[in-house]
Amino acid sequence: MRTALTTLGYQKISLSCEAKVIDRADAIILPGVGAFSECSSNLRKKHLDEILEKKVVQKGAPLLGICVGMQLLAESSEEGGQHPGLGWIPGKVKRFDLPKKYAVPHVGWNNVRPVGSHALFAKTQNHSDFYFDHSYHFECSREHVLAYCQYGKPVVAAVRKEQIFGVQFHPEKSANNGLRLFRAFFNLFG
Amino acid sequence: MLKKRIIAVLVVQRGIVVQSIKFRKYLPVGIPEIAVEFLNDWGVDEIMMLDISATAESRGPNLQMVSRVAEKCRVPLTVGGGIHSLEQAKEVVSRGADKVTLNQACLHKPDLVSRLAGVLGSQCVVASVNGIKTASGQRVYDYLTRRSVTKTPVDLAEDLVKKGCGEIFVHSVDRDGSGNGFDLSLIQSVCERVNVPVIGSGGAGRPRHFVEVLKKTEAHAAAAANLFHYSEHSVTKTKADIVRSGVSVRHDTHAKYSGNKLDKVGRLRRKPDAILESMLFVKIEKEVI
Repeated sequence: MRTALTTLGYQKISLSCEAKVIDRADAIILPGVGAFSECSSNLRKKHLDEILEKKVVQKGAPLLGICVGMQLLAESSEEGGQHPGLGWIPGKVKRFDLPKKYAVPHVGWNNVRPVGSHALFAKTQNHSDFYFDHSYHFECSREHVLAYCQYGKPVVAAVRKEQIFGVQFHPEKSANNGLRLFRAFFNLFG
Repeated sequence: MLKKRIIAVLVVQRGIVVQSIKFRKYLPVGIPEIAVEFLNDWGVDEIMMLDISATAESRGPNLQMVSRVAEKCRVPLTVGGGIHSLEQAKEVVSRGADKVTLNQACLHKPDLVSRLAGVLGSQCVVASVNGIKTASGQRVYDYLTRRSVTKTPVDLAEDLVKKGCGEIFVHSVDRDGSGNGFDLSLIQSVCERVNVPVIGSGGAGRPRHFVEVLKKTEAHAAAAANLFHYSEHSVTKTKADIVRSGVSVRHDTHAKYSGNKLDKVGRLRRKPDAILESMLFVKIEKEVI
């Protein structure tokens, strides 16, 4: 992640779970490594849910959730039992239920089809390839969906509510298309 | 639509990328982070770095090397070799690896697969299975003892999926370093049994071998090591050939080689004079992201 952002020339990047550091940030990226339950319980253990709530929901700081970081924006996930998310974007995270010929997890480069034209995808072409790797997916109403990809059925690839964004794919692992997306995200907020 | 993946494997011995021939001979190739830089620019879909000396020297993964390589890698990076505990796997991931792959642990402590899947998520765990032909059919090969075990690759793969691994990397020992093409029947037999993505490996020597394995088996990805090390733009040229055959892969590097044909051994053929003439004054703008 840091590599991708420094490639673009951003220098003031901090990896932190401290309220003080997060409060100073202009924009926040919420990556996700691991299982949903691990992430969400760690988030609560470190009081990040409260810190982020204050910064993002109350003060309106822009946020980009990536993969599990995007799923955390939902109300709940069924990965490893029912677990609550942050609940900022109405929706639920569910396991893939696909015909047998579709392997789960959904791993690899898939083309992303934006709904309408949002500035987040201003720098990438329609149907650009991004790297996905997930067994659970975000289900929400169409008004919050920014982009879909196709894997047995339309799968939500990007969501948005106001200044809160989430992408199911990994821009930091999607070579140049990923860099283009990061640039578009940061350009949204000057 | 989900694309088929072309994966470059870096076999690393004592910090140096090597070419492996039948798990017996090793020729030096170069420094891992430099290889990664080039492979990224040439449009590879994923990189696997396998440290074959870690377990053999009874040490853990080389974390400094993982950091150095991850820093240059803008596509997913899978790291294997010397991972025998959850702590080691977490350490490797915190150094920038996206997935870990287990080989010895799959044979001797398969429960580690479930522990890693539980904490890191199954998408993070790639189980590696080496298959070798024996008189009684395909058997799993243990590279440390250099012996085959009684279990078949298909059965082992099925067990590991039950334990929660997210992908199976199936490698043919007989084809390793041979350049004679993938072991299609080995790869397909695993694909038929499991419902997670399968990466076929071992034996790629020509671009058409990728076309073969991606068309004739249900593999989600094909991996090669040696083939990609010895020529400029190796990945791009291979992908150009795969795209021509109608298999869908990501092919968005600046140079696409769509006007070039490859000869039988995979070398580029010269473009016709008329095309070269028309290219003389094409101005190429560098994209600023």
